Amino acid sequence: MAEQTAPTPLIHARGLTKRFGELTAVDGIDFDVAPGESFGFLGPNGAGKTSAMRMVACVSPVTAGTLRILDLDPVTDGPRIRGRLGVVPQQDTLDTELSVKDNLVIYGRYFGLSRKEAARRGDELLEFAQLTERAHDKVEPLSGGMKRRLTIARALINEPSILLLDEPTTGLDPQARHLLWERLYRLKQRGVTLVLTTHYMDEAEQLCDRLVVMDKARIVAEGSPRQLIEEYSTREVTELRFPVGVQETLDGQLEGLGERVELLPDRVLVYSDDGEAAAAAAHQRGLTPETVLVRRSSLEDVFLRLTGRSLVE
Amino acid sequence: MTAAAGPLRGKAIPLQGSLRSAYAAYEHQWLLYLRTWRGSIFGSFAQPVLFLVAMGIGLGGFVDASGSGAIDVPYIQFLAPALLVSTVMQGSTFEATFPVLGGFRWNRRYHAMYATPLSPYAIAFGQIAWIATRATIVATIFCGVIIAFGAAGSPGIIWTIPVGTLTALAFAGPIAAYMTTQRDTTAFNAIWRFGITPLFLFSGTFFPIESLPEQVRWIAWLLPLWHGVDLARALSLGTVGDAPLVQIAHVLILAGCAIAGVIAMFLMYRRQLEQ
Repeated sequence: MAEQTAPTPLIHARGLTKRFGELTAVDGIDFDVAPGESFGFLGPNGAGKTSAMRMVACVSPVTAGTLRILDLDPVTDGPRIRGRLGVVPQQDTLDTELSVKDNLVIYGRYFGLSRKEAARRGDELLEFAQLTERAHDKVEPLSGGMKRRLTIARALINEPSILLLDEPTTGLDPQARHLLWERLYRLKQRGVTLVLTTHYMDEAEQLCDRLVVMDKARIVAEGSPRQLIEEYSTREVTELRFPVGVQETLDGQLEGLGERVELLPDRVLVYSDDGEAAAAAAHQRGLTPETVLVRRSSLEDVFLRLTGRSLVE
Repeated sequence: MTAAAGPLRGKAIPLQGSLRSAYAAYEHQWLLYLRTWRGSIFGSFAQPVLFLVAMGIGLGGFVDASGSGAIDVPYIQFLAPALLVSTVMQGSTFEATFPVLGGFRWNRRYHAMYATPLSPYAIAFGQIAWIATRATIVATIFCGVIIAFGAAGSPGIIWTIPVGTLTALAFAGPIAAYMTTQRDTTAFNAIWRFGITPLFLFSGTFFPIESLPEQVRWIAWLLPLWHGVDLARALSLGTVGDAPLVQIAHVLILAGCAIAGVIAMFLMYRRQLEQ
């Protein structure tokens, strides 16, 4: 019976809906996550990413639609599913009165591990999270990045089949973010399935094999970062920044510079496959921007195209 | 897809699993206590000592000398069991406010626990079982201090320990249920100022209810602390036989508050976590 079929998805959602009274936080979304994949929800704050995540984490009942996780039903098998998930919430939920190591051990106990086994795994995970030297320190004085790594280590204590990360690097400095990304990349290479939400396009590009773009409770696009950029944007973008007040006077002079022109409050984005050529064309028309930046398209451009708004406002 | 198999597996949470997770939630509290007990143990001894010296010996000497006849035992013996119950009640109220608020809103410990196989009920159990344990520890220390002071009316003083625990539950259950709905400490301050402090003063801890005007004496029946105080006092002075029905009523009322409160707490924990 070794048929060549696609593996059963670890997460399978159809028409997944979450309502809080009048408010529809998630409005009938469909997605599948395959084993070993890293999958992202990209969208601005309030798009419904966290609500979707909470349903997948089996801590928030589904209002309507189908949801199966690890081929189980969250309604009847919530505790069993949660036993095989690792959850990294948006806000740290560490026990600040306990030591770093204690946080891991007591969490392991929740998954039914013996004290000895929880301590053994705890030591391994502290190594992985580069926190071994802080094992016996209280959590409180740790830096934001360290707390984040400890939260991730804690989420791995049950050797989860899926690791859920809700905005894993929000609020961290660039160095801490890169270290975290590197650790998550290692997990991915070990075959851990990652599901994450983010409103940082660079994070999505770094970590996600495939992602959905959410806006106003719905999925507006789906694909790999590269596919999304190819489909919804051009290869390159030319950013033109004009002196204050000038941009408003340029009516009509920007048309046709590239495939598409986007006016943002502080700059003009020209979408084309050759950014240098677009910049040259602007100069030929006698336009004198203060600065010109040619860059590759990013998910931010995809998002802008799909929703008319930037991700982080 | 290793363990995800047939439809019969893992339908309901097995009882064994529920007990294990309830125990794990309780164990977390013990771990917290073992890491911080040094800070609280001194207070657990110091508070009864201070109260017994100031109120029992200081004020008591004065009361006994005045010979009003309102109480027929040394004041310190009258006071000690009531003070024990009142102190335990205050401690359990505290344990049912800050840690509950913190678990939901501040360090969000409960949310972390709920991301595991633990049910909301297991999480609530861990908290309330700990409050009862802590109340028992505090009551036991207090009882030891009373005995050391020679302030025990009879060996029945030992019974003040379970009365303390029961009174703690009668307060902690409803207060914890209420605190699940709160976002900040406003309610905590109100509970303390308008609830706990007046109860402490007017529940017959320092003077017999009979000293109040007859028209307002019935109010004592509405004060949950009075039931604990009166019961503990009767048990420690060996006067239960004087009004056995009243004592039985005390137990039933306290147990009723505790059971209703704990059920409410369990349901509220579930409502707050499942959103």
